[in-house]
Order: sequence, then C-alpha cells, then structure tokens
Amino acid sequence: MSAIPNTAAPVLEPVLEIEHVAVHFGGLVAVADMNFAVHEGEVVSLIGPNGAGKTTAFNVITGFLRPTKGRIRYRGTVLTGLRPHEVADLGVVRTFQKTSVFDTNTVFENILIGLHRRGRCTAWETLLGLPRVRAEEKRLREEAVEILEFVGIARRASELGGALPYGEQRLLEVAVALAARPSLLLLDEPVSGMNPAETSSFMRLLARIRARNITVLLVEHDMRMVMGVSDRVVVLNHGKIIAEGPPAAIQQNPEVIRAYLGHGVRGEGAKRA
Amino acid sequence: MKTALLCLWLAVLLTVPLWLTDLYFLHILITTGIFTIAAMSLNLLLGFTGQLSLGHVAFFGIGAYTSALLSLGFDLQLTESYRFAVAPKPVWLAFLAGIVVAGFFGWVIGRISFKVRGAYFVIVTISFAEVVRLVALNWVDLTEGPMALSAIPPFTFGIPGLWEETIYKKQPNYYLVLGVAILSYLVIRRLVLSRVGRAMIALRENEPLATSVGIDVTRYLILAAVVSAAIAGAAGGLYAHYVRIIDPDIFLFIYTVTMVIMVITGGKGTLAGPIVGGLIFGILPVVLRSFAGPEIQWIIYGAFMILIVFFLPDGIVPAIRSWWEGRVGPLAEPEPAELSNARPAERQAE
Ligand SMILES: Nc1ncnc2c1ncn2[C@@H]1O[C@H](COP(=O)(O)OP(=O)(O)OP(=O)(O)O)[C@@H](O)[C@H]1O
Ligand SMILES: [Mg+2]
Repeated sequence: MSAIPNTAAPVLEPVLEIEHVAVHFGGLVAVADMNFAVHEGEVVSLIGPNGAGKTTAFNVITGFLRPTKGRIRYRGTVLTGLRPHEVADLGVVRTFQKTSVFDTNTVFENILIGLHRRGRCTAWETLLGLPRVRAEEKRLREEAVEILEFVGIARRASELGGALPYGEQRLLEVAVALAARPSLLLLDEPVSGMNPAETSSFMRLLARIRARNITVLLVEHDMRMVMGVSDRVVVLNHGKIIAEGPPAAIQQNPEVIRAYLGHGVRGEGAKRA
Repeated sequence: MKTALLCLWLAVLLTVPLWLTDLYFLHILITTGIFTIAAMSLNLLLGFTGQLSLGHVAFFGIGAYTSALLSLGFDLQLTESYRFAVAPKPVWLAFLAGIVVAGFFGWVIGRISFKVRGAYFVIVTISFAEVVRLVALNWVDLTEGPMALSAIPPFTFGIPGLWEETIYKKQPNYYLVLGVAILSYLVIRRLVLSRVGRAMIALRENEPLATSVGIDVTRYLILAAVVSAAIAGAAGGLYAHYVRIIDPDIFLFIYTVTMVIMVITGGKGTLAGPIVGGLIFGILPVVLRSFAGPEIQWIIYGAFMILIVFFLPDGIVPAIRSWWEGRVGPLAEPEPAELSNARPAERQAE
C-alpha cells in the first residue's frame, strides 16, 4: 500500500535526537517538552493542526531559533547553539514553509548557490585565479546539471527562480536543499499548493531521495502524502506530542482524531486555516 | 561583441594622454579615475552584498593618511619617556601599508557592525567616518590637523639604486591610476563571478535561504568589507600622492555621497555600473562649471541625478543592457552575478 517500498530492514540507530525541547515566545509556549528521535534512513512526518509548533520545531533544529530549554543532537553532535550554516555543515538542511528561492537568479544559479558547501577553494585561491578554482567551478556546474535532472526541472535552467510556476518553485526549493548534500532533509509542507498530480510526482521524488540514503523529516498537511510516505508519524498539538507511531496506528488514534476535529486525518488532505 | 567593446574601451583609455593635450582635463580624468576606484569598491559592499555603508570615505581617507604619513615619516611623543618615530618610507611601501591598514579597519567595521544590520549598520558606518575625521582634525601632532599634511612625495618608479623616476607629471599619474583601476576591477570581477560572489549575492537576495544551505553570513560580509575597504584605501593612497596635500576634509560625508551616487546611477551590483556612474559624475561638474554659475551647476547636477534615478531605477548599465537585449538579442552568456540586476520587470513582480 505504501508508495515507498521499504527496502532494507530499518536499522534503528537514532540520528536526530530531540530531548526535552521547549520554545517560548514571551508567554506563548510554541513547543513544550518535545522528545522524539529520527532514525537513519527513515521518513518521519511531523503533523498537527495549524499553530501546533511544527515550523518552530524545524527552526530550533536548524539553528534559526534557540530553544528555551532542552537539547538537540545530530549524530552525536549537539546542534543547540549552532548557527544555521553550521547546522547545514553537519548535513542537516531544511526547506521553508513559505516558498523561498532566489527569485532574481536563474534556476541554474539557484542550484550553484545551493552547492556552496561542495566548494572548497578559498577567497585567496579565487583571487589568484588558480587552476583548481576553475576545475572546481566546472565540477560544481556538472553537479548542478545532475541535480536539476534528478528533480526534473532541467529545462527551466535558464529561467529566473521567481518566474517559475508555483509547483516548480517548490521543486526548485527542494533542489537547492539537495544541492547542499544533506544527510537529513527537513521539508516544511513541500506539496502545499501543489495539485494532486504534482503531489503524486513529488511522492515519487521523495522515494528517489530516500533511495539516496537521505533521512527525511517531513511536515505536511496533506494526509494522503503523509500516510503514503512515512515510516513513522509524530503528532503535535499545542506544542506537545500527543501521539507517535506508524501511519496506520495514527489514523486510528482517538486523541489524534480529536485534535484534528473535523479536519479529517484520513481525508484527502487537511483543510488549511 | 562584448570583447570588441572591451577592446575599444581599453584602446580609448590607454591612448587618452596622447590626444588629450589639455592638462587640466587630464587632471580631471585622474581625480575622476581615483573616485571611480572608490566607487567600484563601494559597489562590492552596496551592490553585491546589499549593505549600505555610508562611511565609505573613511577607508579612502585612512588609506590616504596612512600612505602620506608613512612616506613623510613622523615623530610622536606619546608619553614623557616614550617617543615613536618613523623614518620616511618609500612611497610604494607606504601605499601598500595604506591598503593594509584600510583593509584592517574594514575588518573591524565588518566585525562590529554586521552584528547590527540594516539601519544600524548605516549609522555605525557614518559614525565611524565622523570619528576618524575628528581624530584627523584633532591629533595635530600626527596629522597636522587643519593645517594639512603637505609636500607628500609623489610616486617613484624604478629599480632601487640603479634608476629611479619620480612622477610629477600628469601623464604617468594617469597611467598609474588607470593601472590600479584595472587591477581593482579584475579583483572585484574575480570575486564576484565566483562561488564567493555567489555567496554574497545569495545573502543579499535571501539571507535565510542562503544560511540554510551553509553560507556563513559573517564570513562573506566581512570578506566583502575587507576587500572593499582595502581598494578604497588604495584609491586614497593614489589621491594623497597625486594631489600631495591632504587635510581632514577628505573625510567629509559629501564624498561618500558622491560615491553612492556614482554606484546607484551607474547600476549597483553590476561590474560596469560604478565605472559609468563614476565617469559621468566625475566629469559632469567640470563640464557644468565651464558654462554655468555655481548655483545653476548644482541644480543641473541634482536634476540630472534625479532624472536617472527616476527613469532608470536600476541604473544606466542595466537599462542599456535590457535595451540591447530587447533589440539585438541576449549578450553572449550573461555574467551570472550580474544577471540578478538585468531584469527589472521580474524583480518588481515579487
Ligand atoms: N517568531 C515568533 N514569534 C512569536 N510567536 C511565534 C513565532 N513563530 C511562531 N510563533 C507562534 O508559535 C506557534 C507555533 O507556530 P508554528 O509556525 O510553529 O506552527 P505550525 O505548526 O508550523 O503551523 P502551520 O501548520 O500553520 O504552519 C503559533 O502560535 C505561532 O503564532
Ligand atoms: Mg508551519
């Protein structure tokens, strides 16, 4: 039934560990005592009604916010207190809920920027114009082509990021994130605003991303997608985890159903506020 | 096409002293060239990283003072018992030191103020330039204050001990400025058209996204500040050894404003922009002076500037480029870094 064939038996080794994390905005508790782990090779979905704290969780994991309490570790390294680019350097790369590409750069340049981490030449070497700088540039360009083809937007290479149709902009975001060679990819509502056909094709893309040994943490309101791609689902409500388990169990969980009251966990996709 | 244009440009620039015999005009070209170098350096910060530094003249002045002081030598009684004396250094060494010292202050300002971005950065840079001006004005023992540093030695060329040539004349000064300008252009171009430049542009365009793929904001902004300040310092050094007298007025805000005007009207974030803007706003005042009274001059200057900003909000170079592309087709492989400024229409669609 699952769209993603679960190839190898899952090795239960936690890569991302979230321990007692809380985020307060003044008096508002956006995330309260959050505990969960993501294991090597898994696709885990983080779901919950609007305002549940999902994006906030992404922001603390990737260093855009500091947690009020708690600790986050990735493959043993403590992420708490690191800045976003340092988190990215450890292989944890996220996308944004609100579409975010480099609007005034071409699609190809978007990917080249995403490939930043893949380059090693220093500013001095660049200034001196050493041959290795040129060699590196050539290699980066080849990698960019490969990524564009992988995601399926190669024919858009010379168009401006901001000029792409919405669905392709969302693909470009994922392509930019993939360019940074993540080992853990965090996707914040990647198919919101996509039509069902685009969503299905995105689910197939996710399967291919997974086949590249990239662990995925997904925030998504589209329940067809969540139930279709996830190994495990973590349900958040008012900043607290109210349920955790395989998709089938989550769909039956009375507390989850209550939290979504009328939004329908089983339905075609939860209505957005 | 592009190469042909470039060769034409170079040919014109290289032969100027041969056909322009009026020394006054050559002098104008030299000072214009010096300010154009400063404008190019400002463009690296303002145009490519998007940081508005309104204290840019500080780096220019620091380069000028450092280079002038080291070439003149100085003798400071710091405390009762401690004297700090520096013997006059060769001009080229003083000039290099000016670049390094200006670059160092670029690093300091970068470190301090990239923590405080946006409006605060603007304020920090303005204050910095003002503080440096006050230091130059009041530290009379070192800088002679308002009495100005005079008799600054001009550049010397040659092989030490064998043959030396001091350049007092305008023609060699012209080639010197042209050489430094070309070198600065190449440095900026190398940076901007590389992975480093892409990182800077990415920060300007979408900082959260840039950091999320591993681009270190502080690092690239500081790098831009250092290179920018160092090149501004080189322009200052050229100025000091060409004009041969400098006073604290070199730090006046109006010079920063002139540089900003050159960058904005020419096209910020394009490589050619500050050159075009620099030439126009360097030469325009002189042309106006030849036929209009002082008040009228400034009115025309201002009106011209407003017209450019109003009708060509992205600057002259991007406007020419899109006009050219509209008629003739795309320029051969647009330079990626500049592309972001090449299409005003889409940008407004955000
Ligand atoms: N920077 C902030 N300052 C103050 N409050 C914030 C901030 N960011 C988020 N919040 C609040 O924290 C709560 C959780 O927000 P968050 O964006 O994490 O929800 P979400 O689960 O991603 O919701 P959605 O499904 O709508 O994206 C909300 O009440 C939100 O208003
Ligand atoms: Mg959200």
